Amino acid sequence: MNFLRQALTIAAKDLRAELRTKEAIQASLSFALVILLLFSFSFDPSEDEIRVLSGGLLWIVFAFAGALILNRTFAREIPNDCLDALVAAPLSGAALFLGKALASFILLFAMELMCFPVFGIFYNVRWTGQFWPLMLVLALATWGFTVIGTTFSALTVNMRLREIMLPLLVYPLMIPCLLAAIRLTSHLVAGQPLDPEVMVWMRLLVGFNIIFTSLALVLVESVLLG
Amino acid sequence: MREKIIYGMAVLAAVLLARNLHSTFLVLPDEANQGMIYRIMFFHIPAAWTALLACAVALIASVMFLVTKDFKYDALAVAVTEVGLAFLAVNLVTGSIWARIIWGIWWTWDARLTSAFACWLLYFGYLMLRGAIDEPTRRATLGAVFSIFAFADVPIVIFSIKWWRTQHPQPVFWGGGSMDSAMWLTTMLNWVALMLVGAVLLLIRLRQEEAQREIDSMRRMVHAI
Repeated sequence: MNFLRQALTIAAKDLRAELRTKEAIQASLSFALVILLLFSFSFDPSEDEIRVLSGGLLWIVFAFAGALILNRTFAREIPNDCLDALVAAPLSGAALFLGKALASFILLFAMELMCFPVFGIFYNVRWTGQFWPLMLVLALATWGFTVIGTTFSALTVNMRLREIMLPLLVYPLMIPCLLAAIRLTSHLVAGQPLDPEVMVWMRLLVGFNIIFTSLALVLVESVLLG
Repeated sequence: MREKIIYGMAVLAAVLLARNLHSTFLVLPDEANQGMIYRIMFFHIPAAWTALLACAVALIASVMFLVTKDFKYDALAVAVTEVGLAFLAVNLVTGSIWARIIWGIWWTWDARLTSAFACWLLYFGYLMLRGAIDEPTRRATLGAVFSIFAFADVPIVIFSIKWWRTQHPQPVFWGGGSMDSAMWLTTMLNWVALMLVGAVLLLIRLRQEEAQREIDSMRRMVHAI
């Protein structure tokens, strides 16, 4: 119980700081809009094509724009040596990690949600046919992205070239999660239900999340103290 | 002593390689369907196995480092990753040459190709990550964590890309294929030869790591004085 409360405190602190400055979410959202716009005139896909492309397009946008949010997760604590204070604070590394991950998850999810209507307008797609299954897929894949991203945000925080190292390490690790998210998103945006044919991807997403969430919780202590 | 072991293994590797090259090019006949190009598999397959083994050793060394904080495991992890990466590159390049002849294309987004390439990228990321950190303890710890993440990811990558689409020939071993016993022998012997080459590279690289650490500690001592 104590553990959860600590994590929630950290998450609330991060969200409050973010809502006051809005630096990560603004950067990420405007970047996402720019990429969506660029795609829309560089490919100009027909209605059938966009149904096939939608998953890949959206997730490339989310992955690129999301890296901006994840980069800030721990980098935000560098001024005034806040990171040292957090590590020295009487809470476990896992609680700190979970709190940070929760806050990043909410920000990423918000950014992605705002992208959907824009995507629908730019590309003339009715994407709400399978709204709730789509939200479920979005949440699961975003959690996978968040766990990997937050871990590597902690790992790269003190590094030169931090902004480049994070995507370079995160994207290759994310391949299974991205593949599943792309397949499922394309499927659902096209209005097809979650049938057994795509359930294998759902299971992959869940498995990916379980494996990497537990790995991250176990290893984060060494990352923060290392 | 160590010097002698390295030379001994190198000589053994050279003899074995000569034997295998002789058998590959002068003894074994062309394959029925693929003709002459199939010979590349005598390097392609053992290189993949050697690389996989290197990844596994890197995982063990990384876990051991996190548990014991002993730098000899860190040296082992980085050395074995570099050697494994070299063998994986051999695997990718030979596979690409084979594909050009048999499929008519250098590359296709097939499961095994993509996952091998993703694996290569992951472990290349490991070396990049180490290059970006100066402080030895931090470099070793973060490198070990990344190595564990990468190793956990590789099987999931392989499965996920397999479901995506696949074109690579079914594995000859385990996959229900069959192989002439003489070809099988050459493949196995070449695996032994490549492992010996890998071991020689590994030992040389380990010695460099040790020397590097010694230089670092001397430098720190000089600064302290």
